[in-house]
Amino acid sequence: MNAMTHNEIPVPEGHEQELRAEGLNTSAIHQIGEAGISLSQVTKRYGDSTVVDEIDLVIEPGEFMTFLGPSGSGKTTTLNMIAGFTSVTEGHLHIYGKPVAKLPPHKRDIGMVFQNYALFPHKTVAENIAYPLQRRKIGKEQQKQMVADALAMVRMGDYGDRYPSELSGGQQQRVALARALVYEPRVLLMDEPLGALDKKLREWLQGEIKRIHREVGSTFVYVTHDQEEALSMSDRIAVFNNGRIEQVGTSEDLYEAPQTLFVGRFLGESTVLLGKGVRDGDRRTAIEVAGHRVVADGHSAHEDLAILIRPENLRLETAGTPAGAHENSIPVTITDVTYLGASRRYSVRLPDGTEGAVRLGQDARIHNRGDEVAMMWSIASGVLLVNTGEAGESTT
Amino acid sequence: MVSKRILGVFSALIVVWLIVPTLVIIPMSFNEASSFNFPPKGFSTRWYENFFTDPSWLQALGSSLQVAILTMIVATAVGVLAALGLSKVRFRGKGLMEGYFLLPLIVPGIVLAVGLYSLFLRLDLLGTLPGFVLAHTIVSMPLVITNVMASLQGLDPRLEQASASLGAGRVRTFFSITLPLIAPGVTAGALFAFVTSFDEVILSLFIQSPSLQTLPVKIFNSVTQTNDPTVAAVAVITMLTSVIVMLIAQFATRKRKRPVA
Repeated sequence: MNAMTHNEIPVPEGHEQELRAEGLNTSAIHQIGEAGISLSQVTKRYGDSTVVDEIDLVIEPGEFMTFLGPSGSGKTTTLNMIAGFTSVTEGHLHIYGKPVAKLPPHKRDIGMVFQNYALFPHKTVAENIAYPLQRRKIGKEQQKQMVADALAMVRMGDYGDRYPSELSGGQQQRVALARALVYEPRVLLMDEPLGALDKKLREWLQGEIKRIHREVGSTFVYVTHDQEEALSMSDRIAVFNNGRIEQVGTSEDLYEAPQTLFVGRFLGESTVLLGKGVRDGDRRTAIEVAGHRVVADGHSAHEDLAILIRPENLRLETAGTPAGAHENSIPVTITDVTYLGASRRYSVRLPDGTEGAVRLGQDARIHNRGDEVAMMWSIASGVLLVNTGEAGESTT
Repeated sequence: MVSKRILGVFSALIVVWLIVPTLVIIPMSFNEASSFNFPPKGFSTRWYENFFTDPSWLQALGSSLQVAILTMIVATAVGVLAALGLSKVRFRGKGLMEGYFLLPLIVPGIVLAVGLYSLFLRLDLLGTLPGFVLAHTIVSMPLVITNVMASLQGLDPRLEQASASLGAGRVRTFFSITLPLIAPGVTAGALFAFVTSFDEVILSLFIQSPSLQTLPVKIFNSVTQTNDPTVAAVAVITMLTSVIVMLIAQFATRKRKRPVA
């Protein structure tokens, strides 16, 4: 088991020869050596179609990294390349400093959890969990102890003798998690593990997975198309779109400072104003939305621009209320009001006909459907982005 | 209601029509007279005694079992590998290849027999054990392939990926995960192969030699050359063997109803 302790610092020297043979320079080797998982220029092509396009990504040891994106964005293909189920067409792939692009899956020291659980139906729960231990030639007595510990970790201690078909989906997935972690792999890959479960169970298991991540300290890579799941679980999120990574960052980074319109729209709710941009002084850019001028901080070399504002940064005032010195104001019509308990969510129609969303707390003035009001926000809370003309609709 | 009754009667007739010619042999085998008679005259088990005491019949039975068991082993081993290749590996002309493996089921046996005869003549395989096993494997293997392919289709490929991720190489994964899960199909295929070989007449007639005859060949020769009612007893024994083996095959495929999650 010594080879599988978690917290040992990866030693790049051990693989230096191999890395040099791949034509990498010293600083690149150093970076790879420090990383849990490192992808550089990783590409997957099937014939003429490029599914994953020159991805660069460094996942830190012990990090909880989520691959988020719509279906067909390349996130699962990337995960399968890390696992070894899909071959890498081009690029370098390293796990704890070791080049693995040409290694078969069983030599990569990874754990994997699948959406459909993939428990062996002809083995009991305990036999399923003992399977990776047998492959590692661990003694029978120690196996028993490790299986028991793993079952305790996922709170399934009493189910060792059951067959997978006798368990519910949530229980099966917990067994799958125990099976993937019992041999303490340094990397755990999860492919939409909660996709087949209902909402309540999913939320509870999200908490369980986070707890287990803290306990075992392995590097977790989690694939999901559910942005709420990604926001609530991850240390960092890589947002995939069309085979590329749009942005990598913490939940806060992505939500508050999206770098592309796709990321801004895919994560959480937003109101987006589109228009042609013109410079407005040294620091600001103005855009025209159906005759109304609004400004945002920053400059862009592009002409087609967007300003993205989060619903909680917007407020609604009676038409004619003057805007503050550092605020934008634009007239909108309320098309729907949803009572959410602690807040109200207003759907509004912007002057150019597009829809926006505003969330107001309990103490805000209540408006009604059909009201024509002024929508205001502080200039600093609007994010200036390039309008790529791509609809990044959130899936939830 | 009337149409339903007519359908019932018709179905019953078909069932009787299918089974009566087979069952007629049973009373005939207990005939007392030393000729083929139906209905039989009197009752005796002398033809069974004759079978179990005549070394030439016993030798034929021994040869048949030997050929059938060897055929079963060879056809199953090669058939499982072929099925794995056909279902797992993607390659050009895969559909053609699948059809090719099933060809021996479609080609008339006599065509195959004549071809094999001339080939075996040249290779000195006529009347030899390897010759019989090779010939019978040709016609049994398609049954193994179809049964195993059907099992593999119901197998979740993620299970093999899971096994790989847990540290098992391809061979280990095959024996620990794939084989146990397709075992019913493999068993059924193996038993079909056994029965096919045990009952095979056409190819065997061409390959036989006086020193090596399988049971069906001996029956055929006996019927055409002599008028020995022992044949009836032998036929009953052959039939029972096949039926028992097929029942086992049925049982094997029905076992393990555990859903593959």
